[in-house]
Amino acid sequence: MYRIASRKELNPSMIQMEIEAPLVARKAKPGQFIILRVDEEGERIPLTIAGTDADRGTVKIIFQVVGATTELLRRKKEGESIQDFVGPLGVATRTEGIRRVCVVGGGAGCAIALPVAEEFHRLGAEVTSIIGFRNRDLVILEEEFTACSDRMIIMTDDGSRGRHGNVTIPLKEMLEAGETFDMIITIGPLIMMKFVVAAAKPFGVPVTVSMNPIMIDGTGMCGGCRITLVQDGKRVTKFACVDGPDFNGYEIDFDEAMSRGRMYAEYERHAYEKACNLLNRA
Amino acid sequence: MAINPKKHEMPTQAPEVRARNFQEVALGYPMEIALEEAKRCLNCKNRPCVAGCPVNIAIPDFIGQIREGNFEEAYQIISRSSSLPAVCGRVCPQETQCESKCTLGIKFEPVGIGRLERFAADWHNAHAQEKAKAPASNGHRVAVVGAGPSGLTCAGDLAKKGYQVTVYEALHTAGGVLVYGIPEFRLPKSIVSREVETLKELGVQVETNVVIGKTLTVDELFGMGFEAVFIGSGAGLPNFMNIPGEALKGVYSANEFLTRSNLMKAYQEEPHTPIMKGGKVAVVGGGNVAMDAARTALRLGAEKVYIIYRRSMEELPARREEVEHAEEEGIDFRLLCNPVEILGFENPEDPRDPKNGFVSGIRCVRMELGEPDASGRRRPVEIPGSEFELEVNTVVMAIGTSPNPLIKNTTEGLEVNRRGGIIVNEEGRTSREHVYAGGDTVTGAATVISAMGAGKLAAKAIHEALSGAMT
Ligand SMILES: Cc1cc2nc3c(=O)[nH]c(=O)nc-3n(C[C@H](O)[C@H](O)[C@H](O)COP(=O)(O)OP(=O)(O)OC[C@H]3O[C@@H](n4cnc5c(N)ncnc54)[C@H](O)[C@@H]3O)c2cc1C
Ligand SMILES: Cc1cc2nc3c(=O)[nH]c(=O)nc-3n(C[C@H](O)[C@H](O)[C@H](O)COP(=O)(O)OP(=O)(O)OC[C@H]3O[C@@H](n4cnc5c(N)ncnc54)[C@H](O)[C@@H]3O)c2cc1C
Ligand code: SF4
Ligand code: SF4
Ligand code: FES
Repeated sequence: MYRIASRKELNPSMIQMEIEAPLVARKAKPGQFIILRVDEEGERIPLTIAGTDADRGTVKIIFQVVGATTELLRRKKEGESIQDFVGPLGVATRTEGIRRVCVVGGGAGCAIALPVAEEFHRLGAEVTSIIGFRNRDLVILEEEFTACSDRMIIMTDDGSRGRHGNVTIPLKEMLEAGETFDMIITIGPLIMMKFVVAAAKPFGVPVTVSMNPIMIDGTGMCGGCRITLVQDGKRVTKFACVDGPDFNGYEIDFDEAMSRGRMYAEYERHAYEKACNLLNRA
Repeated sequence: MAINPKKHEMPTQAPEVRARNFQEVALGYPMEIALEEAKRCLNCKNRPCVAGCPVNIAIPDFIGQIREGNFEEAYQIISRSSSLPAVCGRVCPQETQCESKCTLGIKFEPVGIGRLERFAADWHNAHAQEKAKAPASNGHRVAVVGAGPSGLTCAGDLAKKGYQVTVYEALHTAGGVLVYGIPEFRLPKSIVSREVETLKELGVQVETNVVIGKTLTVDELFGMGFEAVFIGSGAGLPNFMNIPGEALKGVYSANEFLTRSNLMKAYQEEPHTPIMKGGKVAVVGGGNVAMDAARTALRLGAEKVYIIYRRSMEELPARREEVEHAEEEGIDFRLLCNPVEILGFENPEDPRDPKNGFVSGIRCVRMELGEPDASGRRRPVEIPGSEFELEVNTVVMAIGTSPNPLIKNTTEGLEVNRRGGIIVNEEGRTSREHVYAGGDTVTGAATVISAMGAGKLAAKAIHEALSGAMT
């Protein structure tokens, strides 16, 4: 069992927790993730490592409540425990040789983007952060991003906070104004990442995307997390849990990934409703 | 007294009943039948059957004890050589091992060795009361990577000699393929968890949720004070065919399909983990894994299940008994067929149609057997122009697995062969000092009993190395 050392609500649907898992805390690098199960019957879900405290042996996770498992996790209190917590999984984000970086995060993806931005900042790179949300109530981690960015832009879809529109607008402006980056790193909904890649393409700036397909084991055993890269015209299958989650954005078959991500959409909706009903009655 | 030419039948659930439940198919011999079957053994002087068993169980001796009604004694004889009798008695390919060498088999059907082994093990499990006791520690510490049959066996053998053993397992449950792959209806999970409990009683520590190569490396294990490391990490990396359509929704590797059903309990009512149920299912492959996937799909409620295999019935590598069970349950075998493409649903009118991107069928080509290939089996070749389509909603790829490169990639100096298998000598030693390996991670996908045998061998070598160092 893994104790919840702290719990904090960042906004109505985003929760931050620190979990006691000393072995994971000692090893974790930005870009890696964990897989957890809330209880004995629970599903395994992946969440990015949003930070660690090696002295206290804790791992920070930030999650958005979207379905049954994240709802169950949300209802756990500080001091309670969760059943399973394994990691760090996946390959850490590549940082070497990158001096100017633009981190583009969307919604819950900002939680995943933050430790990456922080790491680049720590390594002395120049960090530009563009973070986007649907509206002002959903803005998270503003202080944290401000602290690690040389330049920070907040976007909201409805203009209720920061600039109006989506994250590709300021990115395009910068690139068109002749700015260069060694790397653009984008994390968020697939559709957003697809547009970031399209925006960067005319300028030839490399783009790293962080993929988040449905996973089970996280060790390369099930192949459920497979994604297709197109390399030199050839289609190549990769397992996001061991080969990723970071990939070259220009190689990803986004349409396929979006389709696969919706495989259990119907089932998940029912499971969520059921979980809420059960929990509300209890 | 005339010998009964036939092995006593194994009582099973009726096919039409069992095809819709997850309870065990084979029910085990009742005592009277076990006694009768034991009488068939000739107690041959040269004991050919023993040589056919990869761990050389003293077969005539334990069968003799069953005949005398000394079931516990029979169990004790088996457990001197095997640490998982209740498992191997169920899933061993006896027909190509011990039973294939049985003298009786020359003229008649061989003795039902596996069935008798299962009987003795089940009898013990139902009647034995006393708990295993941890022996006094000899002060030496050994780490085992992977809680499959090879790792569990290695851990058990060392623990009995007083070693302090810690098993590190990546998943949340110990058992390896026995819990995530082989389904409940062939191997009840309670049997596996009982074996794991026994190990814990012997003092073995089982640490789940630790991925070696990620959470800890092999080198760090030595830094933590372990004097030897056994790697039994299996061959869990699934292969795909690389044909068009494999990324469609509804295409699974057998590992994913079986893991969702077994380990994540999607076979139960109202599970947390989703799986595609019902409809028509095509399973590609002809091994035990394919049979398990097909029969699992049926039990999850499929209306029709095909096995698609590119050779003929003779070459089908699955255990004969499982193939027969599958046929009785109504699995439709499409032999000498090979998939060339998986077809998907696409609604040109409506790109938001929720059915878009799901599997709608599979296109296959018929095969015929040509000249024998390197493996000595006749190579299947395509018959031009013989393509045909089957309408299906789910496709399960059961075409083999390879050793996972995670440990190799994070352990300097650990040599592997072309297929990714860790290279070991006849004692189970790897190219790295004090690192041993065995089971599927060495051989590629094989059998429970051979993995267990490899675990025993390594335990012996580790003991010799460490006790030698002691003196
Ligand atoms: C490597 C990786 C890192 C991730 N890191 C984070 C993180 O730090 N914070 C966070 O909030 N989420 C993260 N996710 C997504 C998170 O795993 C899912 O939100 C979670 O599995 C949903 O579980 P659920 O049972 O609550 O919802 P479900 O009932 O499983 O799904 C509800 C909804 O979420 C969508 N969904 C399901 N699985 C995923 C997925 N893997 N990715 C995106 N959407 C999904 C479904 O399509 C559905 O619309 C990560 C995913 C991956 C693969
Ligand atoms: C569906 C199916 C049906 C089968 N049917 C039969 C049958 O009827 N008869 C038969 O004899 N054989 C059968 N087999 C084969 C048999 O199960 C295997 O040969 C046997 O389990 C191999 O044992 P193992 O200990 O080498 O590895 P595994 O059983 O694969 O166990 C390896 C364990 O190591 C863990 N692991 C992997 N990597 C790491 C890591 N980096 N760190 C920590 N832990 C790790 C895995 O999670 C797993 O638990 C079947 C296999 C499958 C998949
Ligand atoms: S372990 Fe397998 S091969 Fe050995 S005697 Fe038992 S059934 Fe036969
Ligand atoms: S070969 Fe057959 S008959 Fe002879 S001892 Fe072995 S099991 Fe008995
Ligand atoms: S999650 Fe199973 S292989 Fe990646």
